[in-house]
Amino acid sequence: MANVETPDALLVKKYVAGDESALATLINRHQSKIYGFIFSKIADRDLTDDIFQDTFIKVIKTLKSNSYNEEGKFLPWVMRIAHNLVIDHFRRNKKMPMFRETEEFSIFSIMTDHSQTIENKMISDQVEKDLKKLIEELPEDQKEVLVMRIYQDLSFKEISELTGVSINTALGRMRYALMNLRKVIEKHQIILTN
Amino acid sequence: MAKIYTKKTVVTKSMKPKKETISFLLNYSKALSFIKVGSMNIETVAN
Repeated sequence: MANVETPDALLVKKYVAGDESALATLINRHQSKIYGFIFSKIADRDLTDDIFQDTFIKVIKTLKSNSYNEEGKFLPWVMRIAHNLVIDHFRRNKKMPMFRETEEFSIFSIMTDHSQTIENKMISDQVEKDLKKLIEELPEDQKEVLVMRIYQDLSFKEISELTGVSINTALGRMRYALMNLRKVIEKHQIILTN
Repeated sequence: MAKIYTKKTVVTKSMKPKKETISFLLNYSKALSFIKVGSMNIETVAN
């Protein structure tokens, strides 16, 4: 029980001098207060443990590097470190908030399903079908380049190698293919939007 | 009557960090040392 009576300042001195057991005594003596303080702000056991750990990592680093100069005020100093880390935690969370499901709040109230509805899916299927029909009407050389570029995702270099024409010719065919498609779409007033 | 604007948080005096957390800190402390090179303090952690 001698340790309980040893003042913090002396334990800090002992620890700085290399007595590792002094740190165990300091942690043991103040852990409830520090842990309780962090928990009162965070209200999450795991996060409180993380912040408690980070707090003491800072304490250890400061003491071992001989940067501590607040003798006699060990607990307030540790509490201040913990407090700053709690603030850091909330700052981080502001950027990336964490939501917990409660009775009043459901995570699904802020989450939406971005997948297409059946109606939208049907429309886009129809648009795709119509477009394919239009492409079928293009001259063979233009259709070939457009299909390779858009549907097979080939580069113009690859298209030129496969079709045996220069890259410029492939580019030109693609350009005419798109121009012709636009013309047909405008002429027949086809709506291809979803 | 005074109004209470804050919710009570369950904080008991017996709340303590996990044993693993304490054990990690004590081991970390043993492994950590600083080497002074000129005006610089170099941090080393023994494995």
